Amino acid sequence: MSKEWPLWEVFIRSQHGLAHKHVGSLHAPDAEMAINNARDVYTRRNEGVGIWVVRAADVASSSPGDKGPLFEPSQSKVYRHPTFFPMPEEVKNL
Amino acid sequence: MYAQLVDTGASRVRSLDELGPQEREFQDRIDAGVKIEPRDWMPEAYRKTLVRQISQHAHSEIVGQLPEGNWVTRAPTLQRKAILLAKIQDEAGHGLYLYSAAETLGVSRDELLEALHAGKAKYSSIFNYPTLSWADMGAIGWLVDGSAIINQIPLCRCSYGPYARAMVRVCKEESFHARQGYDILLALCRGSAEQKAMAQDALNRWWWPALMMFGPPDAESVNSRQSANWRIKLFSNDELRQRMVDQTVPQAEHLGLTIPDPSLRWNEERGHYDFGEIDWDEFHAVLKGNGPCNRERLRTRVQAWEEGAWFRDALVAHADKRAARDARAA
Repeated sequence: MSKEWPLWEVFIRSQHGLAHKHVGSLHAPDAEMAINNARDVYTRRNEGVGIWVVRAADVASSSPGDKGPLFEPSQSKVYRHPTFFPMPEEVKNL
Repeated sequence: MYAQLVDTGASRVRSLDELGPQEREFQDRIDAGVKIEPRDWMPEAYRKTLVRQISQHAHSEIVGQLPEGNWVTRAPTLQRKAILLAKIQDEAGHGLYLYSAAETLGVSRDELLEALHAGKAKYSSIFNYPTLSWADMGAIGWLVDGSAIINQIPLCRCSYGPYARAMVRVCKEESFHARQGYDILLALCRGSAEQKAMAQDALNRWWWPALMMFGPPDAESVNSRQSANWRIKLFSNDELRQRMVDQTVPQAEHLGLTIPDPSLRWNEERGHYDFGEIDWDEFHAVLKGNGPCNRERLRTRVQAWEEGAWFRDALVAHADKRAARDARAA
């Protein structure tokens, strides 16, 4: 039985000058083939102008169990949003 | 459908009170419409059922390439050939999206392929029928991909994130498949009497197998109720089948073709078409491996995998050699 190809995560920059966005994953023996395969699998209909591939094993991620404590600091600081500050109606351009 | 008779391992559906705290929280999330993601806790039965369902779906996509591959060299024009190739390439892509979705559940693609090649994994019954004429390419796009769309659109809203996202991509591309099929039949039906007869013959052979794709009536089945609770099945087989009949009959009328069912008639009261009995013995025989082409399909798959081994190995050897060279240079 042959060696299984490693898994790569694929990120595509769409036509619209946006950031690369995760679109899915695929198997390939190396980065070059991963990009070739990503072109065939994820951009058959002009979905992109740029491709990133990253070995899935190299992706570090937060764990769902930590969701509460990890994101708590941002939840308790409502003053970070502009809507926290009521503005007098006659004041413009703020 | 592309996944038929998926076993959930449940002998009965338990009520919320009977679930443990973790499982109950999981069910509450699903009931609230929150998607489950790969690293979230999930009941083992949910994971196993999804692996079965998604891998069957993936296998169907890649086995589904075979009946069409038959016709690439015999397509009537260069453009039809290019279109058919593009459709077949899409099917490979759909298989890959789905294998990737299954892999997020902790199985490997090679493992899933091995199960398919060993005859242990199922794929849709529909791909075990032969493609005898060019009109069959039309009938498959129109009826088989048409049925697939009806099944897959609700799955875009299913509870498992990676599966739902794969389905969104698949559905976008699948409309091209249905239309190119109908376009083939339009051309035949506007052509000579022989060409129209060819289209009618294809409809006669594909109509019933297409209806069988949705699987036997399952409103009462424990597996279906469990899958419905988990939101990985959103409508019953009969509901989806009715939708397929209702939308397809007028399309057949437009082609001037006759659906091969003497019991087919509009039911004013129900607001749906009534249709005849489906031969479920045939369905079960095909699923058990005794359809017209089961053995040939599996043989072709295994042959393609085995004869491609040298190529897969060569790519690995090349990648290893380059990695070793880079390591020495560093």
